[in-house]
Amino acid sequence: MAEQITSGASDPNSVRKVVSVQAPREVAWRVFTEQMAKWWPLAMYKIGKATAVDAVIEPRVGGRWYERGDDGSTCDWGRVLAWEPRSRLVLSWDITADWQYDPALQTEIEVRFITEGDAGTRVEFEHRRLDRYGDRRDEMRTIFDKTGDWGRLLAAFAQTAVTSARAD
Amino acid sequence: MIHAERALDALGDRTRRRVFARLRNRSCSAGELAQGMNVTRSAVSQHLQVLKAAGLVVVRADGTRRLYQVDMRGVEVLRRWLDGFWDETLSAFKEAAERAANKARRS
Repeated sequence: MAEQITSGASDPNSVRKVVSVQAPREVAWRVFTEQMAKWWPLAMYKIGKATAVDAVIEPRVGGRWYERGDDGSTCDWGRVLAWEPRSRLVLSWDITADWQYDPALQTEIEVRFITEGDAGTRVEFEHRRLDRYGDRRDEMRTIFDKTGDWGRLLAAFAQTAVTSARAD
Repeated sequence: MIHAERALDALGDRTRRRVFARLRNRSCSAGELAQGMNVTRSAVSQHLQVLKAAGLVVVRADGTRRLYQVDMRGVEVLRRWLDGFWDETLSAFKEAAERAANKARRS
């Protein structure tokens, strides 16, 4: 994972990621905007009570970005702020630190799709305006951003802890 | 809201970690947990209260018994904290886009 994604500089109100995708720009755009259910970890990253079966971005400025549950219910995540097919997408991410929808939150996600090589795409991702989380900004930044070696170290620690607990 | 730091603090104690690990496979009462652990039932109950406050376990009534089980929401918060939300999500996107591109090339 680490070689595929590089994190940017340290603006405390922004998390930046770059992913190199071996897919043409059209495909990368389509998968991101039309087939979110195929890759978004819906089992974990959802806010509704129902089992989430889809994540939808309505393809226009002002469109909704929402999850759909298996009971037909929907839960908003944000809105489309910029819609420039195959090149740029800006969404508001209006999910609070308590994982509730609040249209007033308005953190922003910008995704840029840039042709790279013959058939590749460089996807530049930024989640910004994290200052909107107020005094929970650092907590949320830690969750959104890669925790890097520190995170891996803790994961290894947790694994060891579980293994040793099992041996007891 | 469950805070990752709170969950990590709760799991920082060895006995509490053992209590938590024993709940991974099935729900248990405090008494069942205490058996074979060399810890008193009341100590186990106290550990369960800390785990519950940290969002790692939930309790449900089963007749007259109180059964404790792992709260997956707390585990998810921990996992987000460890993995990094956007790294995991974007890695999944990369895989899906590359699968779609491979499929298009083959057809």
